[in-house]
Amino acid sequence: MVEQIDLTQVNWARAQFALTAMYHWIFVPLTLGLSFLLAFFESIYVRTGNEEWKRLTKFWMTLFGINFAIGVATGIILEFEFGTNWSNYSWMVGDIFGAPLAIEGIFAFFLEATFFAVMFFGWNKVSKGFHLFSTWMVAVGSSLSAMWILVANAWMQFPTGMAFNPDTVRFEMQNILEVILSPVAISKFCHTTSSGFLLASLFVVGVSSWFLLKGKHQLMAKRSIIVASVFGLLSSAYVGFTGDEAAYTVAQKQPMKLAVMEGLFQGETNAPLVVAGLINSAKEPADTQKPFFAEIKIPGLLSLLANREFGSFVPGVDDLVYGNKEHNIVGASERMERGKIAIHQLKTYKEAGKNGDTATAEAALIAFHEYKDDMGYGYLNNPAEAVPPIGLTFYAFHIMVILGSIFPLVFLLFLFFSFKGELLYQQWLLYLGILSVPLGYIAQQTGWIVAEVGRQPWAIQGLLPVTVANSNLTTGTVQTTFFIFLGLFTLLIIAEISIMVKQIKIGPEEE
Amino acid sequence: MIGNLDYSILQIIWWIIASVVGSLFLFLNFVQGGQTLLFTVPKGEEEKTLIINSLGRKWELTFTTLVLFGGALFAAFPKFYATSFGGAYWVWMLILFTFIIQAVSYEYRKKECNFLGAGTYEAFLFINGSIGILLIGTAVGTFFTGSSFSLNDYNQVTWQTPYRGLEAARNFFNLSMGLFLVFNARVLGAMYLVNNIDHKPLTDRCRKSAWISFLWSLPFLGYVLVNLLSMTGYAVNPESGEVFLQKGKYLQNLFACPAPGLFLFGGLILVIYGVTLTCFKGKNNGIWFGGVGTVLVGLAVFFLAGFNNTAFYPSSYALQSSLTIYNASSSHYTLTAMTYVALGIPFVLAYIAYVWKQMNNKQLTIAELREEDELY
Ligand code: HDD
Ligand code: HEM
Ligand code: HEM
Repeated sequence: MVEQIDLTQVNWARAQFALTAMYHWIFVPLTLGLSFLLAFFESIYVRTGNEEWKRLTKFWMTLFGINFAIGVATGIILEFEFGTNWSNYSWMVGDIFGAPLAIEGIFAFFLEATFFAVMFFGWNKVSKGFHLFSTWMVAVGSSLSAMWILVANAWMQFPTGMAFNPDTVRFEMQNILEVILSPVAISKFCHTTSSGFLLASLFVVGVSSWFLLKGKHQLMAKRSIIVASVFGLLSSAYVGFTGDEAAYTVAQKQPMKLAVMEGLFQGETNAPLVVAGLINSAKEPADTQKPFFAEIKIPGLLSLLANREFGSFVPGVDDLVYGNKEHNIVGASERMERGKIAIHQLKTYKEAGKNGDTATAEAALIAFHEYKDDMGYGYLNNPAEAVPPIGLTFYAFHIMVILGSIFPLVFLLFLFFSFKGELLYQQWLLYLGILSVPLGYIAQQTGWIVAEVGRQPWAIQGLLPVTVANSNLTTGTVQTTFFIFLGLFTLLIIAEISIMVKQIKIGPEEE
Repeated sequence: MIGNLDYSILQIIWWIIASVVGSLFLFLNFVQGGQTLLFTVPKGEEEKTLIINSLGRKWELTFTTLVLFGGALFAAFPKFYATSFGGAYWVWMLILFTFIIQAVSYEYRKKECNFLGAGTYEAFLFINGSIGILLIGTAVGTFFTGSSFSLNDYNQVTWQTPYRGLEAARNFFNLSMGLFLVFNARVLGAMYLVNNIDHKPLTDRCRKSAWISFLWSLPFLGYVLVNLLSMTGYAVNPESGEVFLQKGKYLQNLFACPAPGLFLFGGLILVIYGVTLTCFKGKNNGIWFGGVGTVLVGLAVFFLAGFNNTAFYPSSYALQSSLTIYNASSSHYTLTAMTYVALGIPFVLAYIAYVWKQMNNKQLTIAELREEDELY
């Protein structure tokens, strides 16, 4: 199926997808969370009838709009990139993967787009109640859109509800509910949306802290801080909780990703959790080098977190590459052999079918079915290719987790001093509030790096490597679009930040 | 009931759904058309602001319809999605590019410290309305003229030209299709503004502009129609699935079933009626006739391309690689599941219509803009 693979082209395509997705992800989490904060603010306004809250809502809404526009601009390219850069993927799994994207369009994007216009321009055109309803609909719509795209993404991490059809040479959906309700989809949805709520809360707290430091708009800033800190505290607790759940599902469904996240080479029954460490990047699977130059570990904890059971076995990179008889783990090396047989039998089946040789075709089909589960591995040339980049995944994961443990404290402190009425005297805290905003964005980006880099070399975990998923393009073509997007998105983001900063400086409209 | 539908019925249903979404997109292109009027029709900043704010409340609808069009094709006709997007790379990339720059322009144009300056964002809007629509039109043209690609045994596409779809613009039929769409979008845009704005000097100029754009669209429309109905088309043998060239294929399709013909001529008459109402009768409701007319013409075009044993995405290079709604669709199961999903579409259309009514019940005036603090 893959005659000539142009590896550099594949890597440029990966880089392009990563670039565009990461740009999109700068804006999406803020949309996800701020839309709910707007709904909270406006609900308070409608409840109390206090015009101050309306001004407050409108101020944050202006920032929301600036962010939203570029979120939409960066989103459209992603949807079509599956076709342009991963066309073989699109054809092979379009049956399953296209469905959530279409559903997202029908049920989420239209909700957002329609009610967005009311939210922004409808203040004087529709009733108060309908306006509030519209604001809530924008929030619901944004979370719905997250849900459907994450169903799609979860399916790439843990393909389910489908079967391979040797006649069409593609995967076909068997059960849409299994796709939608897969445990990975649910865990991804909960963790990702709550991380968006968390980021938006940090954003509101950070911007408000700046106002307090400047001695401007104090009442509005304090009010915003209280609502956002409560929301942020709840969300950050939930982020931690769902993060643990995410790690558990990774351990169950993508053991290689977990091994790499933790830098675990040799599986252990009492596997320690590495709290922090310095990776030895020269280390190869199954050699005798140490995986870390230095590390801090908590013994036994990884076994508990990964399998919810002390003393359980957690496979390491070596086990997953070369197999481990004792613990019944079939390694990538053996699966590669089996995969090559599957590919060969599929080819025989197709050719015999063409020549009308039904006997050979039937025999090949039976043999194929025996080996088909490992077909994806047949495209690897070397079992070590099944290992994702370790350093990037490891560090990204640990940065996210460390930041994730700090944020709840930040919100707690803000709440504590708010209720004591001493916020204004805690300059250090206000500075910490501002600093937390970029940290929140870093946690977001590193989270996706764990999820996506940790999935390599697979486009679809275990089934389709990126080298088979891509389109037949020249390297130069993809390079060109890569740099076009890099340039364009960078220009737009400069514009976005500069407008955003200006609007914050202008602040809410005065009485 | 949906669970028992034949595979081929589902494929037909999904081609109809995709055609409806695509045709609605062509109608909603009034936003793009309106954007191309920015440099010529308004006099002074306030009139420009009126136009931008009028269109600005609708642009997302058009944009989202494009996104949905992509999603629906992905889910229902994944082989088309893979072949066309992966093959005609440059056309699609450029089209998307013009929509990316559109998406930020409304919001950023007037904001302080917008880095690129209002003029750049206006240029972005113009590019989206002109080049974006032109390229979409040429891509639609290839549904009839074909593209040069081939598919291997595993359905991987190889494009035969380095221009990756841009070569379609060298074909005068495709180009005419594109130019017709551009001018039609301008007609619709002007008619929409007439409907939505209460500011006589501006709407008078819009009326005139609608007429001029309409006149410009006619030669291209004529060229497209004459050629469409006389050209050799890509027919499919229903028994063997073999694709072959057939003289006057699309003319035959027009008479094979009354719908496309009725849609085509009915649609054109409605557009003409809408233009007459707007330009000569001083009425504001021309957009509705123009809009419905455009949707009908769009449906006719998509139906001619897809139904009656026709290859809707033909390969002029390797005939047998051509895509039909039968060989390009997703599985029976997926189409069935997606048809249940599609039952939600009327509900979505209903709330869009409701919100549209709420927001458009009063025409936009300069006085209102002066009071409003949320402005594009
Ligand atoms: C503010 C952002 C943020 C914070 C503080 C955290 N996360 Fe996270 N994390 C994300 C934002 C995020 C994310 C961007 O939303 C990701 C990327 C993919 C996904 O599903 O969610 C993610 C992915 C992600 C994954 C990979 C899931 C996969 O590969 O499918 C794991 C295992 C965790 N997270 C675990 C945690 C833990 C244990 C945290 C400790 C508190 C944590 N995250 C905090
Ligand atoms: C918006 C948040 C996301 C971010 C920041 C992100 C980030 C990344 C990164 C860093 C890569 C490069 C991995 C590598 O090649 O080493 C990547 C690849 C990719 N991601 Fe994501 N991703 C996001 C969401 C998604 C979603 C929701 C999907 C699917 C629905 C998806 C599908 C892909 C695909 C198809 C590739 C290219 C193939 C591959 O390298 O596996 N991504 N992404
Ligand atoms: C790689 C996969 C992705 C694709 C193909 C994609 C596609 C899109 C598209 C086309 C839009 C514009 C929609 C419109 O017309 O209004 C958009 C916006 C949006 N997307 Fe994504 N997206 C991806 C990743 C994500 C992820 C991972 C999330 C959330 C978890 C997400 C959430 C949103 C939200 C909330 C919006 C609304 C506008 C905004 O971003 O501010 N997207 N996306």
